[in-house]
Amino acid sequence: MSSEVTVLFDAPGPRSRRLYRIMGLVSVVVLAVVIWFVLDKLNEKGQLTAAKWKPFLTGEIWTEYLIPGLIGTITAAAISVVLALTLGGLLGVGRLSHAAWIRWPSNVLVEFFRAVPVLLMMLFAYKLYAEYDLVPSDRLALAGVVTGLTLYNGAVVAELVRSGVHSLPKGQSEAALAVGLTQGQTMRSVLLPQAVTAMLPAIVSQLVVILKDSALGYIITYEELLRKAEQIGNYKANLIPAFIVVAAIFIVINSLLSIVANKVEQRTRRRGHAAGGPLKPDQIDQAAVAAAASMAAPAGPAHSS
Amino acid sequence: MDQIPDLLRDYDFFAAFRTTIYLTLLSAVGALIIGTTVAIMRVSPVATLRTIGAAYVTLVRNTPLTLLIVFCNLGLFIQLGVVLADKNSNTFITTNNFRLAVLGLSIYTASFVAEALRSGVNTVPVGQAEAARAIGLPFVKTLTYIVLPQAFRGAIAPLGNVLIALTKNSTVASVIGVSEASLLMKEMMDERPDVLFVIFGMFAVGFVILTLPTGMLFTALSKRLVVKR
Repeated sequence: MSSEVTVLFDAPGPRSRRLYRIMGLVSVVVLAVVIWFVLDKLNEKGQLTAAKWKPFLTGEIWTEYLIPGLIGTITAAAISVVLALTLGGLLGVGRLSHAAWIRWPSNVLVEFFRAVPVLLMMLFAYKLYAEYDLVPSDRLALAGVVTGLTLYNGAVVAELVRSGVHSLPKGQSEAALAVGLTQGQTMRSVLLPQAVTAMLPAIVSQLVVILKDSALGYIITYEELLRKAEQIGNYKANLIPAFIVVAAIFIVINSLLSIVANKVEQRTRRRGHAAGGPLKPDQIDQAAVAAAASMAAPAGPAHSS
Repeated sequence: MDQIPDLLRDYDFFAAFRTTIYLTLLSAVGALIIGTTVAIMRVSPVATLRTIGAAYVTLVRNTPLTLLIVFCNLGLFIQLGVVLADKNSNTFITTNNFRLAVLGLSIYTASFVAEALRSGVNTVPVGQAEAARAIGLPFVKTLTYIVLPQAFRGAIAPLGNVLIALTKNSTVASVIGVSEASLLMKEMMDERPDVLFVIFGMFAVGFVILTLPTGMLFTALSKRLVVKR
């Protein structure tokens, strides 16, 4: 990253160094003023009093609210991950199938689940399960959240599988076919194992999305962290501190996941299990517009990530 | 299927999608402004600015959008009394919630815009910035005349994806009562549970119609505007 940043400017001389130092100082001052303004505003509304923050030091808030909330969030996310990987694997292989009657339905499903907002799918699943008594009523909200997350992220994983396989050099499948493997065997024993390695970092990053989106469960009354934050707020009259604490929990977990994703990516690159290397971030971002965009943006020399 | 005319008569389907579109477009403008600023900070030669930019992206990207939007309403408005509309107007609550939702969506989406632009900056070959410096352009001119124009063109495809995600994310605004598509869908499903599938189909198709052309437009644009090298 540092190499691509320094590309825009020379090593600063004495005058620039002074200028940069002044600008740095100014930005620190501006930031301090903004923070002071926010704190002052919070203080003015009595949000910084010990009474509002003390509850987070008591065991009760943690055992009764935050930890159950966290468990709710993680349960929904974990179930969705497993189901999404399964669904995504099937749809992804389906999209790569040589049989048109498998390929087309898979394509349509993936495009559909990607285009429809997760919230709509959650609401629909929730109502559907409630209306037709498909799920015990105490599991209704969880089932709704999991369904929405699974369908959307399954489509994303399917897209990742496809870009993973496409990122492999053509020689891989040509060689496999040349030694007499069938299409299915080529996919199973040559392409997929390498594709999985290539897309592993992207899948770990997708966990962040799943974890964040599980907060949508708030809307269908699923008992997760955000809902618990609101309950703490109502109970102790400290809504803003509760939201800040919950946001901090999300940020810490998601940052850890991002760090893991980076580590996995570095490892994949170093060990080179996939002939095409790990998927580059822009290969993933542009998965929706697939080949067109990756052709449009040839890897420049500054293309390190 | 034959219930669709009835449903369209009983509920203002198109008004809901109009709100979704307004919400998306206004937030897109807000996100583009904040996001560009953050992206510039992240590539600037001043270390403090880079840190602030990186901190913004890390903090906002890892926070659930639902939390941000609920906070805009319960925290900013109800607890702190931040008001974005005229209190005396009789549509005060509606307008205020709409603007708070735009604020939340802009702040959230800005972090993704900043990342998209940074990936756009990465598509600009080193030689471009080196040549600019060689003819004596200072940082700001290198950025505004040489790098950013190419970066925007290189970032069109990822920016298109951000816009599509924003369109879908705008549904979260229903959590603070903005009467956009998902709120109407919920209302319709509450009142007409007999036609759940038809209602879901209508809204799903509505979103496909919104996002599919956006995707195609941005793919076409990115192909047309890409800097040929």
